[in-house]
Amino acid sequence: MTATEDREGTRPIRVLIGKPGLDGHDRGAKVVARALRDAGMEVIYTGLHQTPEEIVEAALQEDVDVVGLSILSGAHLTLVPAVVDLLRLQHMDDVKVVVGGIIPEEDAEALRKLGVRAVFGPGTETDEIVRFTRECVKRA
Amino acid sequence: MSMGKSILAGDRRALARALTLVESEPRAADEIIAEVYPHTGHGIVVGVTGAPGVGKSTLVDKLAGQFLARGRKVGILAVDPSSPFTGGALLGDRVRMEGRGSEVFMRSLASRGHLGGLARATPRAIQLLQAFGKDLILLETVGAGQSEVDVMGFADTTIVVVVPGLGDDVQAFKAGILEIGDIFVVNKSDRPGADQTMRELRQMLHMGPARTWQPPVLAAQAQQDIGIAEIADAILRHSEVRLSDPEQSARRVQEAERLVRDALADQLVQRVVARSKAEGNWQEVLAAVAERRLDPVRAARALHAEAE
Ligand SMILES: Nc1nc2c(ncn2[C@@H]2O[C@H](COP(=O)(O)OP(=O)(O)OP(=O)(O)O)[C@@H](O)[C@H]2O)c(=O)[nH]1
Ligand SMILES: [Mg+2]
Repeated sequence: MTATEDREGTRPIRVLIGKPGLDGHDRGAKVVARALRDAGMEVIYTGLHQTPEEIVEAALQEDVDVVGLSILSGAHLTLVPAVVDLLRLQHMDDVKVVVGGIIPEEDAEALRKLGVRAVFGPGTETDEIVRFTRECVKRA
Repeated sequence: MSMGKSILAGDRRALARALTLVESEPRAADEIIAEVYPHTGHGIVVGVTGAPGVGKSTLVDKLAGQFLARGRKVGILAVDPSSPFTGGALLGDRVRMEGRGSEVFMRSLASRGHLGGLARATPRAIQLLQAFGKDLILLETVGAGQSEVDVMGFADTTIVVVVPGLGDDVQAFKAGILEIGDIFVVNKSDRPGADQTMRELRQMLHMGPARTWQPPVLAAQAQQDIGIAEIADAILRHSEVRLSDPEQSARRVQEAERLVRDALADQLVQRVVARSKAEGNWQEVLAAVAERRLDPVRAARALHAEAE
């Protein structure tokens, strides 16, 4: 620990990437995690098969700005509302939720109505995800 | 309620936010630390270090379970490296953690350019967890292999994790890793060569100077939850020996000296730089040093004199 290290306040954006539910594919989640890291963010990756409770508890402990949920199992209409409700219960409404996965447009619309900031389909460029993440944290 | 009081009262969100402050806005955290400091310093801080992938996180998770079952209040700090180029970090140690709800408080820290395998905020993060009531803190360092000696300074007990089949890892042992371990764990002992690695380690440890605490070499299979109770026992034994050591209070004073020196250095730098910036000559001095018209030491001396 040396005094030469800068002590000025710099707060990198902290993002939690979680995979709720049963599907076992985390390639997409990992690609996004790496892209966000390469954009200078601190990314907490929690691994597969997380319950909404586990994801929200991790988000609380890690004090993240954004929770990204990767869901390929088709259970987004139960998992995402569960996470959103639990966040609210912990008074963490200020944490932004984004969702990635294979999600039909009408479901995406329903999720946005719940307060989800963005729904990213399988073809989304990582640049777009990075840009959006920065924007929505700045807007807070 | 102040943030410090909220932490002392067991508010998890306040703890999480205060951890962010000690990481990102240390000055804003000064007051919180001042408030909670009298309630810190108890319990055991266990450092876990070793090369990348040896199973540190898995071991930390199993030790957390073990100590929870023994009625301890467990906190975890896990440090991963920040990219020197972008400042970003992938904090992946949670992947190995079993869901234990809110019983265990775990925080991932990015090293943010700090060398030595830890994050600069580590001592304060430990203090916050202790103020919150945690009495057993597991501290996982960056998996670097040999430069993470810093952990010794912050941990009461340092565990060095290795895996079988090292062979040439004798090199790593030479590089100082033998000196920092209070407990050695040969993890992944389901793999061939574990016995030999244990033998070699023990031999090398015996070649060192005789100490009041002879570091044990223990076999484990963290993933299978095997050997964990023995490691927990060794941690508690080491803690007892440490507390009955007459040099213990001297060590506490040494630790205090380090903390005060760090704070002093911070404050001095802050004051001198702020003064120079206010005077408007900070950039000028930096330019002079960059162009070799002035050497850094004389520059610092002049700035210091100016701020007196
Ligand atoms: N065969 C075997 N594998 C294990 C054992 N313990 C852990 N592992 C595996 O080793 C790999 C690395 O484990 P981690 O706990 O992430 O290792 P780490 O030292 O924390 O890694 P870094 O934080 O990246 O340095 C994982 O795939 C674990 O499942 C064990 O006892 N036997
Ligand atoms: Mg790890």
